[in-house]
Amino acid sequence: MPANRFNGFKDYGIGIGLRIPHYGHIFEKKPVVDWFEIISENYMINGGRPLATLDRILDRYRVVQHGVSMYFGSAEPLNREHLRRLKALVKHTRTPWLSDHLCWGSVDGTYSHDLLPMPYTFEAAKLTARKVREARDYLEVPIAVENVSSYAEFHMSEMTEWEFLNEVVERADCGILLDVNNIYVSSRNHNFDPYEYLNTIPAERVAQIHIAGHSKFQKYILDTHDHPVIDPVWKMYDHAIRRIGPTATLLEWDDRIPSFDEVHAEALKAEKYIQAPVAAAL
Amino acid sequence: MTLLQLQRRMAHAVMQPLTSADRIAPKTDAGFIKPNDRLRSVERLEIYSRSYWFRVLDSLYDDFPGLRSVLGQRAFHRLSRAYLAECPSRSFTLRNLGSRLEDWLQRNPQYSGGRHALALDMVRLEWAHIEAFDSAAEKVLGPEDLLELGPSFRAGLQPYIRLLSLRYPVDDLRIQVNRASDERGAASNVALKHKHRNLLRRVSRSKPQPIFLAVHRLAFTVYYRRIAPEEYRLLNALRKGQTIGRAIRRAFENSSVSTDEQRSMLETWFAAWAELGWLCPAAKSKRKRLT
Repeated sequence: MPANRFNGFKDYGIGIGLRIPHYGHIFEKKPVVDWFEIISENYMINGGRPLATLDRILDRYRVVQHGVSMYFGSAEPLNREHLRRLKALVKHTRTPWLSDHLCWGSVDGTYSHDLLPMPYTFEAAKLTARKVREARDYLEVPIAVENVSSYAEFHMSEMTEWEFLNEVVERADCGILLDVNNIYVSSRNHNFDPYEYLNTIPAERVAQIHIAGHSKFQKYILDTHDHPVIDPVWKMYDHAIRRIGPTATLLEWDDRIPSFDEVHAEALKAEKYIQAPVAAAL
Repeated sequence: MTLLQLQRRMAHAVMQPLTSADRIAPKTDAGFIKPNDRLRSVERLEIYSRSYWFRVLDSLYDDFPGLRSVLGQRAFHRLSRAYLAECPSRSFTLRNLGSRLEDWLQRNPQYSGGRHALALDMVRLEWAHIEAFDSAAEKVLGPEDLLELGPSFRAGLQPYIRLLSLRYPVDDLRIQVNRASDERGAASNVALKHKHRNLLRRVSRSKPQPIFLAVHRLAFTVYYRRIAPEEYRLLNALRKGQTIGRAIRRAFENSSVSTDEQRSMLETWFAAWAELGWLCPAAKSKRKRLT
């Protein structure tokens, strides 16, 4: 896997999200998993069972932190209490990189607990990049921002989503967590070519890739993480890997979670695509 | 329009209460959202609004199963919508969503379905349960520390312990609710409905019976331990940083318990607290409370 400065120069392979329904299986069977992604906020607490469980995982597995509430795109400043707790967790897990979303979700101190879409403006890109840099400097760990799936676009946008992503990561000099499924979902909701998006991604900045399933409704697609990955998304993943090179990849499955073995098997389907460029080069 | 202005407009639109049919209010300001060939601006905004409300309602539903039993599902749903409309999340974690529910319910008794005191007690217990589950634990006072215990010694109380003075025995009720929930799936729907009806009947007949409770945890599991009024006062005094001597005097103020009985009670309590690991160094626990 390509190691770069945005993923702490780590060659991680295929991981899965650490979820409560799988704890029993993991502790009993001790399956071989290259790495687990944890949701940082679940462990930004002072004590109790969640932290004890995390310690048991850290004893045996590599862990990467993924956040859902840093809200780099919110107009308000970063939450200092959030950062303080996050830094304590970063030190504890020794995560080689840390990711969160390119979105907003709080305003005037009120939280939506959602990944709300950004208006693609230069003002927003500048502010978002500044907050990413501030967080990275404080946390002392490489940061990768993830493109979100979206269901709305703003009249005030001045560029495409992929242009906005590039603007932010260049200004912040940070990594990208490329969520291939999110590109697919947004491309269907907003009528754009997902391959045009993929082809503009600066390959050297991609720290990690996300894949997931979603749900189709009559007039839009919702990013629900409750299904296997569909073929068009695997096809996009194949394209991304050929462009970027084999990259640390994680399958997200957050709702109606099946057995550990089923989730792991779905994630390991990525092997085929990761091996393809390597085989071609030999 | 600046970024901040846009985010205020969108947050207001997304977080405003849904209609009774779980739809976004038809006259919502959605002019800042582009329509597409399938959805109007307001329909695109509605995806976010419904998602927001379902998420926060689900979170409160999971955190307060006892209150649901006290009020019934419909009244609980009405309460949840009203509470969240007035007290949206002010924390980066949904764990804290119910932190203001007790204060809010005190000011809004009309949402208690005629069982205000019982509902308030259940909210206190369920919030204490959340706090006891994941609050900090300090180093337990060891046997060598306990040998030094004397009237001028200060001992702290583990930060995860919550002390409650309640008018109803809601601990029993909450345990029954948990059992009923655990049995779900194992029983048929008919049997389950019958049990749930019985549980609601017992709730509606709940009589006031003042209790003192320590909500604590052992091996990462939360437990409710009934304690004597004097024990409650003593633990509260220790938590406030008083010396053991002053805390004991405070505990037995105006008490009719004889000196011999007091000695016996103290021996029993300190032995139990040592076994449960409730005591910790005072200075550390005090510093923790201040951060």
